[in-house]
Amino acid sequence: MTQDTSPSNIRLELLSNPLYLSGVREFVSGVAKRLGFTEVNCSQLALAVDEAMANVIRHGYDARVDGKIWIEVTHQGDAKSGLMMKIVIEDEAKQVDPCTIKSRDLEDIRPGGLGVHIIKEVMDEARYEKRECNCGMRLTLVKRQAPAPPVSALSASSNLAPAPNSPKGTTNG
Amino acid sequence: MAEMLNVTLTDDNGVVVLTPKGEVGFQEAPSFKTHIRTAFDKKPKRVIVDLSSVSYMSTPGLATLVEALQISKRSSTPLVLCGLTERVRAIFEIARLQTVFSIVGDLTAARG
Repeated sequence: MTQDTSPSNIRLELLSNPLYLSGVREFVSGVAKRLGFTEVNCSQLALAVDEAMANVIRHGYDARVDGKIWIEVTHQGDAKSGLMMKIVIEDEAKQVDPCTIKSRDLEDIRPGGLGVHIIKEVMDEARYEKRECNCGMRLTLVKRQAPAPPVSALSASSNLAPAPNSPKGTTNG
Repeated sequence: MAEMLNVTLTDDNGVVVLTPKGEVGFQEAPSFKTHIRTAFDKKPKRVIVDLSSVSYMSTPGLATLVEALQISKRSSTPLVLCGLTERVRAIFEIARLQTVFSIVGDLTAARG
């Protein structure tokens, strides 16, 4: 896989209205599917973006529906040689120290606080940073998929969770 | 195609069955929560949430179910989940919540 230096292939701008979340999920999943990502990986990409946007709306914009959110999608490769999709989500919401963005303790069973954990579990990379304009945050998500194995080596797997020997579920399955 | 959440509630001799249909994400979770609370307000013998028609769930949906579990424990009312699709079961597993709930295969098993 070569270093990503390409400009974004797709850039969306939308408002922080939860109404649009299902559309963004379908968009991300649909593009990933067309690129050759497996069903599992498509579901994971959609889930990660959904969780990230929900966090922006809820915590960044305090449930305001008129904040701006930008989504940039870049991809490389194909199913045969290996795939990479990078999704950058930016906002103009309040800035926080990226080190403070973390999941709750999973042993502490209570509602909420799981979005960041889910994102980090299903993506190969998830990096939060402050935007340079002193306004808003940037989340960079990367998902990789290994080259498709020979047909004879394919094994069925329809679970969204990463396979036991395949961290982040990045292999074909 | 995304489906709006539609929740039906039936009460069969104190066994309340909630059947959400569609997606349970950030937008739909408040409505789901309202139905969960309505179910427990009936002071049932048992609450069953049949998730077989849920095509997508994210953490707000999980949070609603964790809240249901807390109400269940406070009120000593058993809560049983059933019919999890692979996609929904996967998010329980990623969140490591699959052992926290009583989860059975289908509605017949949930009725006990």
